[in-house]
Amino acid sequence: MAKIITKNLNLWYFGFHALKKINSSFEANRITAIIGPSGCGKSTLLRVFNRMNDLIEGVRTEGEVLADGENILGQKTDLVALRKKIGMVFQRPNPFPLSIYENIVFGEKIHADGITRDKLDEIVKRSLEDVLLWDELKDRLNQPALRLSLEQKQRLCIARLIAVKPDVLLMDEPCSTLDPQGTQRVEELMRELKNKYTIIIVTHNMQQAARVSDDTGFMLLGELIEFGKTQEIFTAPRDKRTEDYITGRYG
Amino acid sequence: MKNPHRTQRIAFFFLLLTTLLIVIPVGLIVVIIIQKGLPAINWQFLSAMPRQGMRAGGILPAIVGTFYLVSGAVTFALPIGLLAAIYLSEYSKGNKLTRLIKLAIVNLAGVPSVVYGLFGLALFVVFFKFGASILSGSLTLGIMILPIIITTSREALESVPQSFREVSLSLGASKWQTIRHIVLPNAVPGILTGTILGLGRAAGETAPILFTVAAFYLPRLPHSIFDQVMALPYHLYIISTQVPNVDEKVRYGTAFVLLALVLMMNLVAIIIRYKFRKNKKW
Repeated sequence: MAKIITKNLNLWYFGFHALKKINSSFEANRITAIIGPSGCGKSTLLRVFNRMNDLIEGVRTEGEVLADGENILGQKTDLVALRKKIGMVFQRPNPFPLSIYENIVFGEKIHADGITRDKLDEIVKRSLEDVLLWDELKDRLNQPALRLSLEQKQRLCIARLIAVKPDVLLMDEPCSTLDPQGTQRVEELMRELKNKYTIIIVTHNMQQAARVSDDTGFMLLGELIEFGKTQEIFTAPRDKRTEDYITGRYG
Repeated sequence: MKNPHRTQRIAFFFLLLTTLLIVIPVGLIVVIIIQKGLPAINWQFLSAMPRQGMRAGGILPAIVGTFYLVSGAVTFALPIGLLAAIYLSEYSKGNKLTRLIKLAIVNLAGVPSVVYGLFGLALFVVFFKFGASILSGSLTLGIMILPIIITTSREALESVPQSFREVSLSLGASKWQTIRHIVLPNAVPGILTGTILGLGRAAGETAPILFTVAAFYLPRLPHSIFDQVMALPYHLYIISTQVPNVDEKVRYGTAFVLLALVLMMNLVAIIIRYKFRKNKKW
């Protein structure tokens, strides 16, 4: 089932045409990777889905993006509801300068007034279990989150996001600051999470896309060149440019 | 021939020299005031009314007056300044008008204090008919320190990493929730720094209170915010220049109390700031 569909999506940054007629469909409970060289617009595309581009001045979009059948580009879209549903993991692990516990309950505290301590404890436990951190951190939940290792921080950020109960996880190069072991563990986590969530990951690491994703889209200079099953893209690309990129001729 | 090591040594020497040039006079002032003022300090000096045309007795009304004025100024200026800073940093668009406003605010910080005094006289004392009173004086001092508080608070807010705002918004927090729960708590140390600066300035200025509140000689405590009060800087000015034969000890004692009062208020803010900084590091 398609979770997110883009129809003739165009995006301009002042005069610069950053996304050109993007037509794509992101399936539920699958990992879709968006690959392409730097500056091809893959992060911009990702940020369309939770309207984070709204924060940047001079961005104008055209076309349709349907999430569960509803156009999210409209003026009337409830951004708070949209972002609760479609959450984001950023390139750099960015926990708040609060305790581990406070980080995870941040969303819940904002969304549910007067929630009980027991309920919060439960959310923290479940979220940390989901990102396989509970055993490591259960005894030091009140320590500052900034003291964790990079990989733990990134998992904590994922836990913080999961606590808000989104449907879709947007991941913007989530492993680019991690070492190979950390990367491996986060990739394992992603495979685990796809049973419950729709995951869209932007990466310029082709091997990562090949390892972790079910579907792959290849972008170049603002265009979605090719979109399909990861295996097909990597073994039998239809477009010459895709082939050149995945064989390492540029990028 | 160029010798980088020697050039570096010479540069370091001059940097050290200029630093000393700044530190030594400040140190001297503090040392002299403590040396000459401390002997005058005793319980009576701090807790009694002035007597014999301010040549004897204590300076309690001036201490109380300055305390009220500074508290009043901060109570007025901090909320308004903070809200203005939040607007400028978080809501206003980066257009010409806001740039002009920011520039104007920075420039306001450099306006001579006597101008604020005249402004306070015209607006609060005469126009609003508050008379020469604690209210007029506090408001005048408050307006004087507003630019300092706005500028430092705005810088503190702007120095909170953009990524915190993005994460918070991406978790479905509204803009105001993001400001309230993420931006403001992380900006508190910087905001307090601005408040400290403003507080010190409000406590030490003479000109703004000259026309708006300060009493020449008023040996009783104020009963309401519409009363006049004595204030330490003005009192110091009077006993140093207007009243003959005041013992040097009394003058330096007054200066010492003023200095100690400002430092003490700063200390409170510094402790709060330290507490906040300890768990907010990024």
